Amino acid sequence: MNAPVPLPRAEAASIAVVDTAVRTTCPYCGVGCGVLASPDGAGGAGIAGDPEHPANRGRLCSKGSALGETVGLSTRLLAPMMRIDGALTRASWDAALGAIADAFRATVAAHGPDSVALYLSGQLLTEDYYAANKLAKGFLGTANVDTNSRLCMASSVAGHKRAFGSDTVPGVYADLDEADLVVLVGSNAAWCHPVLFRRLEAARARRGTKLVVIDPRRTATAEEAELFLPVAPGMDSVLFAGLLVHLAEADGLAPDYIRAHTSGFDAALAGARALAPDLATVALRTGVPAADIARFYALFAASERVVTCYSQGVNQSAQGTDKVGAIINCHLATGRIGRPGMGPFSLTGQPNAMGGREVGGLANQLAAHMGFSAAEVDRVRRFWGAPNMATREGLKAVDMMRAVAEGRIKALWVLGTNPAVSLPRADAVREALSRLDFLAISDNVRASDTLACRPHVLLPALAWGEKDGTVTNSERRISRQRAFLDPPGEAQPDWWAMAQVGRRLGYGAAFGWRSVAEVFREHAALSGFENEGSRDFDIGGLAGLDDDAFDVMTPQQWPVREPGEAGDKRFFAEGGFFTPDRRARFIVPAPPAPAARTDAAFPLRLNTGRIRDQWHTMTRTGLSPRLAGHLPAPFAEMHPADAQALGIASGDLVRLASSHGAVVLEARITDGQRRGEVFAPIHWSGANAAEARVNALVEGATDPFSGQPESKATPVRAERVTMRFRGFLLARTSLAPPVAAWWTRVAVEGGEGWLIADDDGPLAWRERMAALFGGCERSEFLDVDGGIYRGAAYDTEGRLEALLSVGPVEDAPDWTAVKGLLTAGGLGAAERRAALAGRMAGAAAACGPLVCSCFGVPLDPIRALVEAEPGADVARIGAVLKAGTNCGSCVPELKRLIAGMAVPA
Amino acid sequence: MSATSLREPVVIIGNGMAAAKFCEELTALAPERFALTVVGAEPHLAYNRVLLSSLLAGEVVADDLVLKDAGWWAARGIELKLGTAVTAVDTAAREVRLADGSVLGYGRLVLATGSSAIRLPLPGMELPGVMTFRDMADVGALLAAARPGLRAIVIGGGLLGLEAATGLAGAGADTAIIHLADRLMERQLDARAAGLLRQAVEARGIAVHLDAATQAIEGTGRVEGLRLADGRVLPADLVVVACGVKPNADLARAAGIGCGRGVRVDDHLATDAPGVFAIGECAEHRGQVYGLVEPAYEQARVLARRLAGTLSAYAGSVLATNLKVSGVHVFSAGDFLGGAGTQELVLADPGLGLYRRLVLRADGSATRLVGAVLFGDTADGLFYLDLMRSGRDIGAARAALAFGRAYLAPDLSTQSLPEAA
Repeated sequence: MNAPVPLPRAEAASIAVVDTAVRTTCPYCGVGCGVLASPDGAGGAGIAGDPEHPANRGRLCSKGSALGETVGLSTRLLAPMMRIDGALTRASWDAALGAIADAFRATVAAHGPDSVALYLSGQLLTEDYYAANKLAKGFLGTANVDTNSRLCMASSVAGHKRAFGSDTVPGVYADLDEADLVVLVGSNAAWCHPVLFRRLEAARARRGTKLVVIDPRRTATAEEAELFLPVAPGMDSVLFAGLLVHLAEADGLAPDYIRAHTSGFDAALAGARALAPDLATVALRTGVPAADIARFYALFAASERVVTCYSQGVNQSAQGTDKVGAIINCHLATGRIGRPGMGPFSLTGQPNAMGGREVGGLANQLAAHMGFSAAEVDRVRRFWGAPNMATREGLKAVDMMRAVAEGRIKALWVLGTNPAVSLPRADAVREALSRLDFLAISDNVRASDTLACRPHVLLPALAWGEKDGTVTNSERRISRQRAFLDPPGEAQPDWWAMAQVGRRLGYGAAFGWRSVAEVFREHAALSGFENEGSRDFDIGGLAGLDDDAFDVMTPQQWPVREPGEAGDKRFFAEGGFFTPDRRARFIVPAPPAPAARTDAAFPLRLNTGRIRDQWHTMTRTGLSPRLAGHLPAPFAEMHPADAQALGIASGDLVRLASSHGAVVLEARITDGQRRGEVFAPIHWSGANAAEARVNALVEGATDPFSGQPESKATPVRAERVTMRFRGFLLARTSLAPPVAAWWTRVAVEGGEGWLIADDDGPLAWRERMAALFGGCERSEFLDVDGGIYRGAAYDTEGRLEALLSVGPVEDAPDWTAVKGLLTAGGLGAAERRAALAGRMAGAAAACGPLVCSCFGVPLDPIRALVEAEPGADVARIGAVLKAGTNCGSCVPELKRLIAGMAVPA
Repeated sequence: MSATSLREPVVIIGNGMAAAKFCEELTALAPERFALTVVGAEPHLAYNRVLLSSLLAGEVVADDLVLKDAGWWAARGIELKLGTAVTAVDTAAREVRLADGSVLGYGRLVLATGSSAIRLPLPGMELPGVMTFRDMADVGALLAAARPGLRAIVIGGGLLGLEAATGLAGAGADTAIIHLADRLMERQLDARAAGLLRQAVEARGIAVHLDAATQAIEGTGRVEGLRLADGRVLPADLVVVACGVKPNADLARAAGIGCGRGVRVDDHLATDAPGVFAIGECAEHRGQVYGLVEPAYEQARVLARRLAGTLSAYAGSVLATNLKVSGVHVFSAGDFLGGAGTQELVLADPGLGLYRRLVLRADGSATRLVGAVLFGDTADGLFYLDLMRSGRDIGAARAALAFGRAYLAPDLSTQSLPEAA
């Protein structure tokens, strides 16, 4: 064992404890914002941004701010389960871990080590990743360890390694504060990295930083830009090849840097000239007006301090690595790298994709930024004391799932991710997972599309707020995620479960960790092991933190080669790349083209992405009513001309189909969408929508270098789906999906909401309501010919238990006005009527009890009149309000009222 | 009273709500033109008959029912001959003959004789303890008889019967309703509303027997029981017959004035005798006899305007029932049952005792409200009635219509209400 001897604690004194709040890190995007969590003692927590965290300085986005709404236990998996006689049954940890160990041991024995695999997640902590990677690559003997990060930033990793010789993000967030020009490529940062975007906005306000956005869609981010270049899908590298050509021709290069620190420039420039000989060609191929391209090139050439940020629009492409290379080429050629305010900058999607990369938890890395050379394999073998080292790359995510489908992989352990939703051809993946000889899943929810794939063992994982360990953000900053809630039920850390399986396989010494700090120390020690500056990733200086020092570790950027190492954390200002000759490599991008072509059958191109207030497959953000309010239903954005040609109007349901699958989404018509392209968000799944598994359509051809699938350029066709009725169901309790052709589940205050569409009309829905809530007191409104049914159910205290509203599609019910009734307590008569009316009455409502039935005059206006006119008699009331002037039945009451009010109080 | 001698004499036979309304309207429109004489068989000032059940239930006192006090009549110079029946009308001589032998000449004669309770042609109907519920005298008799423990049976589950039963139960009597039809108030309510009403009635401790035909009143010397067609005998100390009313048209018929069920009138409320008019429950207009106060008031208004010289005509009333029965507000109007060619909106909240059914008819491009039944909350009744009368297209508002005026867009919700009485 190589667990180092702890050194005395170093930085504990520098931590200021803010009340009882726990300092932790947001579990969403790669910005890695510090969070102050104040547990309320009832299972929830108050959430605030950590003013001392350098990534966010106290700010949080909508998702982060709503974290407190997502820590409930209602959807959690709280005990191990095993499939016994076909049914999932509660099991002991011992039995469940034993089953995994037995299955993996037997499968390896019978079919070899590459018949087993682990599929991990950028949501895992670094220590979880480390344990999984060690188990597979050192002890099971396979590099079949991949992760959903493959879908996210693998092309950036490959692009970095091609150019720099290492997976190094050269810059830091502070570069955004100090740049004169920021170029965002394939990044909707305003929605997907909001705190970083606000930081950029602050810099723009402070120092006039220019913003150029390159994206096929006019996103919220693009709306803010000085210059927006709506590039055709996949043509980013043409744009940047053109930029390289322009820089060469406009004397914008840095010949000294090129000469001193790089190789391959001439070939790269020749390649760029072949791709982008002139502005007209660039304009033609990218679909961007030549004048705008020229403005961009001129801005770039004139701005020494330029940061080019890129994200999924660059990465999720069959040419993603080339796109990254084309961008990096321009920064190398201008020497704009590693200095304040400049450099290429990959914005990572997940909270700990970076940590996974550091660990090496990917099939094409070994560990700690080492590959599969004999020397590296041997080094790691010695460090781990490992008997069964993997000696070559394993299967990357898409290939891994193909191997699952083809039966080459027989036993799989999935941790913290939902591949049945998120992988390309997701329907085929779901099918393949369901047929595995052995499938184990570690997760913290008990229902998801992946959990529906007939797993043999389920392990209850800790969730955010319970987990303890580290994560690394996009600027290489390692921050602690700290627990502020007790582990619920029998949930355990993933690293612990991994170690337990390792022990059961007979490797007790290698998996003897007693704490997460021990795992971290070993990981840090490996990064520094025989490093001597040969590897960029080195946190050997943290390997000596004792448990207390680990507990209070402040956010810090790597490298940390020695304890307490400070100073500039940027890379490559003076070269020093991690290639054998220490020079960066220019690359020559291949002529780009999306892998799949549109044709008559599939004439549109499907772009997929994210929305502001949801995260991944919504297992967490989907619990927040606040977050659901922004865009509650799965949708497809289309250009007005495409929509018109298909007879699709805003709000219609539209079926998108590729050769792999189909979805039915709500159409949103926007000219921010390029013609011929459709955009759909990825968040919805079979667990929260009827037909919205967007990745089921995705072709997923992979990048030849990174293995990352092309998720944003799938040929599809679109057609209008006519359903005669639309509506909603609000319910206080959790229900099975309603019997409807189309539905989406939405978190609402006090319960759940369901948006529905169906061809069955009012009478069918009346029956369904009765079947669902037959035991409750109910009220209803029925208009068969008008196509309307609305039904409410009440509990014994008169609180709204459920509210169903179905109407004709052309006049679809809206729940805005009645959603709040679920939390309103016992409802009065006016509220009960409003619930069915779908809205509150006008000002005439709530005027006290009715006095004159004939003219509908309630008590209040009568009182008001008599107060205003003390002499008013019955005749006067009649003359003004008409009360009592028809049948006269209320005249006695009016008289009593007048008499009663005449008596001084 | 010499000033009045120059005025045209108008005699009103009947001193009910229609007569009072007519006098009020006419004296307001033409205060100096007519000498009004009201001849009434009942000895009381005109009173609000709608409140008789409240009086019976003890919710109001007799004075509360008085529509206009004596001073009001005197101030308008209206002569009241109360407690005096008219025995004959001579349309040729333009005279009416009174029971006290006196004769009144008239320029115009207004028949507002109202209607009388029907008494069933059944054995035992003449026994002491068999009563009706129609006027102040009936209420007096019922109040005198009602006491805790009294076994009372009301024949008839219509409005009057229900009110009588409610009043008797309120006075402590052990009360049952016998009704021939399969539901209460079948002419005003649909099955669902009638079912809700039955629940409300039964909640007051009143037994309800539907599909129950009375075969005979039994008893020796006075009422002892009621025998049903199925042979059951229900013990009873008191039987109230409330099976409906018939127009009091005998006087007109004897005078040779054209009558059907009631006194036939045209759109000007004129009978076929010169200068003779009829309003209220005794009148038959276009074959229709109304048993409700609102048409009577409408007729009174039209006739007053006409006599005052304003062009005015009566085109019939959309039938509306708007009342509080057994403590529950009930409204119905128009074709509330619907049927072929109609559509319906139903709003029901049984927990609140609320039920509404609106009947629509769509023809061509317009959708119109043609009927309504409201139970529990009738605040929007006259609003709906007005929509029916106006025939306005409510197509755009149909999703909100059943929830009431407060939920409708201003163009519909501010639609003028029926003119004030």
